[in-house]
Amino acid sequence: MKLKLKIWRQKNSNDKGKIVSYDIENISPDMSFLEMMDVLNEQLTVKGIDPVAFDHDCREGICGSCSMFINGEAHGPDRLVTTCQLHMRKFKNGDTIYIEPFRANSFPVIKDLVVDRSSFDRIQHAGGYISVNTSGNTQDANSIPIEKKNADKAFDAATCIGCGACVATCKNSSAMLFVSAKVSQFSLLPQGKIEANERVLNMVKQMDEEGFGNCTNTGACEVECPKGISLENIARMNRDFLKAKISS
Amino acid sequence: MTKLSAKIPEGPISKKWVNHKNNIRLVSPANKRLIDVIVVGTGLAGGSAAATLAELGYNVKSFCFQDSPRRAHSIAAQGGINAAKNYQGDGDSIHRLFYDTVKGGDYRSREANVYRLAEVSANIIDQCVAQGVPFARDYGGLLDNRSFGGVLVSRTFYAKGQTGQQLLLGAYSAMNRQIAKGKIQMFNRHEMMDLVKVNGKARGIITRNLINGKIERHSAHAVVIASGGYGNLFYLSTNAMGSNVSASWKIHKKGAYFANPCFTQIHPTCIPVSGDHQSKLTLMSESLRNDGRIWVPKSKSDSLAIREGRLKPVDLAEDKRDYYLERRYPAFGNLVPRDVASRAAKERCDSGFGINKTGEAVFLDFASAIIRYGKEKAHLKGLDENNLSLVKELGKEVIKSKYGNLFQMYEKIVDQNPYETPMMIYPAVHYTMGGVWVDYNLMTTIPGCFAVGEANFSDHGANRLGASALMQGLADGYFVLPYTIGDYLADDIRTGSISTDSKEFEEAEKSVKNKIELLVNNNGTKTVDYFHKKLGKIIWNKCGMSRNVKELNEAIEEIQLLRKDFYKNISIPGTENSFNEPLAKAVRVSDFLELGELFAKDALERTESCGGHFREESQTKEGEALRDDKNFAFVSAWENKGDPSEAILHKEELIYENIELKTRSYK
Repeated sequence: MKLKLKIWRQKNSNDKGKIVSYDIENISPDMSFLEMMDVLNEQLTVKGIDPVAFDHDCREGICGSCSMFINGEAHGPDRLVTTCQLHMRKFKNGDTIYIEPFRANSFPVIKDLVVDRSSFDRIQHAGGYISVNTSGNTQDANSIPIEKKNADKAFDAATCIGCGACVATCKNSSAMLFVSAKVSQFSLLPQGKIEANERVLNMVKQMDEEGFGNCTNTGACEVECPKGISLENIARMNRDFLKAKISS
Repeated sequence: MTKLSAKIPEGPISKKWVNHKNNIRLVSPANKRLIDVIVVGTGLAGGSAAATLAELGYNVKSFCFQDSPRRAHSIAAQGGINAAKNYQGDGDSIHRLFYDTVKGGDYRSREANVYRLAEVSANIIDQCVAQGVPFARDYGGLLDNRSFGGVLVSRTFYAKGQTGQQLLLGAYSAMNRQIAKGKIQMFNRHEMMDLVKVNGKARGIITRNLINGKIERHSAHAVVIASGGYGNLFYLSTNAMGSNVSASWKIHKKGAYFANPCFTQIHPTCIPVSGDHQSKLTLMSESLRNDGRIWVPKSKSDSLAIREGRLKPVDLAEDKRDYYLERRYPAFGNLVPRDVASRAAKERCDSGFGINKTGEAVFLDFASAIIRYGKEKAHLKGLDENNLSLVKELGKEVIKSKYGNLFQMYEKIVDQNPYETPMMIYPAVHYTMGGVWVDYNLMTTIPGCFAVGEANFSDHGANRLGASALMQGLADGYFVLPYTIGDYLADDIRTGSISTDSKEFEEAEKSVKNKIELLVNNNGTKTVDYFHKKLGKIIWNKCGMSRNVKELNEAIEEIQLLRKDFYKNISIPGTENSFNEPLAKAVRVSDFLELGELFAKDALERTESCGGHFREESQTKEGEALRDDKNFAFVSAWENKGDPSEAILHKEELIYENIELKTRSYK
């Protein structure tokens, strides 16, 4: 395959940045998108040009590092995959591909396609946990039976990989899907109910302080989420938030 | 050569850990506030250790090279975590988990450590559930289990095919709570570049900020290395792209012995290599062997027909298939340990029965499991069990609920639907049992420097059983290190904070800066990946699934030459004071180039076969691994003397008082 790549290049957070074009040939349809980027970077390096910086690590769709906006879609045209699992067979010979970073005010660009998502970590610091110390004396795991339906829902919410596709996709740069996934995981489990009110209030407060936008229910985040996190979580968080607000 | 002592406590094995905990020194809560601990790595071992140390009151500084601690590669572990809970009532116990692990490791692990691991395993599940980890449950609301290789009970707890992710997010949440309290200071996108020793003790590290290249000094009263394994030595592995040996290697060069470097796990069920462009390999969880049957055609002509696309695997009749694991190992069948399953796949493919274009793949087939589950479901729902298409639909639903994400991953990579046609799999490098040598307290040979999780060598011997890595990582981090480290730190309650203005810090920083300048200013012509790929090929071809004296010697020579070539011809674009991934990678590869030689040297020295280490010179008539307990019942611990070729071997004798040394049989 022969492709034209139009890639966002930005030296550092102070640089203005611009789209630069590259031509690339001999791309196999069996390559992953990031392997195609590897080929480009090898070629740039040999020519003495600074390779394109991008975040990536596990390359099996679970670490949440990779974060490219490809032809206007977070993680590209395929559904339920991260960029590292996107394969070149989804493109055609001669295609032009636009590659940009995940854009949001709360995700400043570090270099090229690498963005700073530490705002996500700070939201988790605000309440994304159950306050239990490691002691070796916690009660036996089976002394807390959990209805399978709720256990499964909690699991589905917990599969969020924290990549930020929801924010990059949302026209308001809202982080509601991300935050609600964590809030839901815990509020669906008896262990998490004890701190549920405080958790939802604190996490939402931090989310607002980080500058993420509001949710206007367009549902784009759910469509682009590589893990298929459901909008139901946002509804649950809204209910939890309202309940907590009234009772606090 | 000297003999090493692991400082194993006295007493019967079932009392050792309890007695030890009762007798080691403690640091009072008031004094813990005066003590700093550095933890390098935020996977299961590092994350859980950092959180627990902070809960206990120590001031923790935590480092990871990723942009968030949640992205450490433990996240990618799929299948599950073992624990001797005996919830299934199938006869499991601490002793049985202990026995299975020692046997699974082919009698090359330390009894006392493995027993402790089995002992605390049940606590891990309790702890994780209390943290809100959503393990799989049955309809009664209780925890579900499945089986893994090398055992005859169901003791594996799981969360679909994402167990590592859920456990890591549990540890990450425990860290977050401490970060919020200010008890953990988190340094993301920081790479450890060297260890700093003051008066012989580990007192800090030098790091590089991966965003702006700044070299920084960090001091502490103890340093914990939790940086994972070194599978990326092979270039192609199931490890993450950033996984590296550098932290372990730096402490090795500062005096920590490196144990059993050649003990590598080649995992039997990975997606086969498809071409030269490939950057990494993807695992298909061992849990799939609960329901998947492994086979190749009985005749080579059928294999050829499948390879050339003339025959579809689903069209090959049952009696023309060779379910070779079930044939060779009737007692354990498809659930033999990983080393055995991998070698058996290699044997079939080397003999010409491989089924994909490269001839290096076998089938993992779910057709009979789909029918079995489908019939069960149909019976339960009162539907027609003889309606094949209905049964298949119902069966597929069950398989999807168990392994859905794995099947999806397979389909995305291979572009085939594994519900309809068998998966193609082949062994790939997955885990390294070898690592930094530690004593019973998990301390290395450098006072004050500890190693936990995959970074150390202690619990898995020559082969790790499935679902045991997560268990060990969390056992070390939650339940072992936070207590054993106190015994060492009890001497430091009056030390006060460690200054970074000493000459030791200055020298370490200077040598780091020199190395980086050397790499950046070298005007060569070859990229880092060029060298990494070459190194990987040497190791895979000559130190891979089977090893012999001739090829190991060749490997050593070739690696030495490659290392010289690297320093002469490496080219790194960009500058040292900016975000520069090729530079970060070059530093990692330079360490792999040294480790690779020690790896081959260790494999050469150990002329027996054991676990994942198969020496062609040492095998039975049936081609099974032949151990030599008389001469090799020891841990090889290598001391650095500058160049890997000059490393000195120390032996820790392995004494088996509770388990009889036997030939491992899964027949």
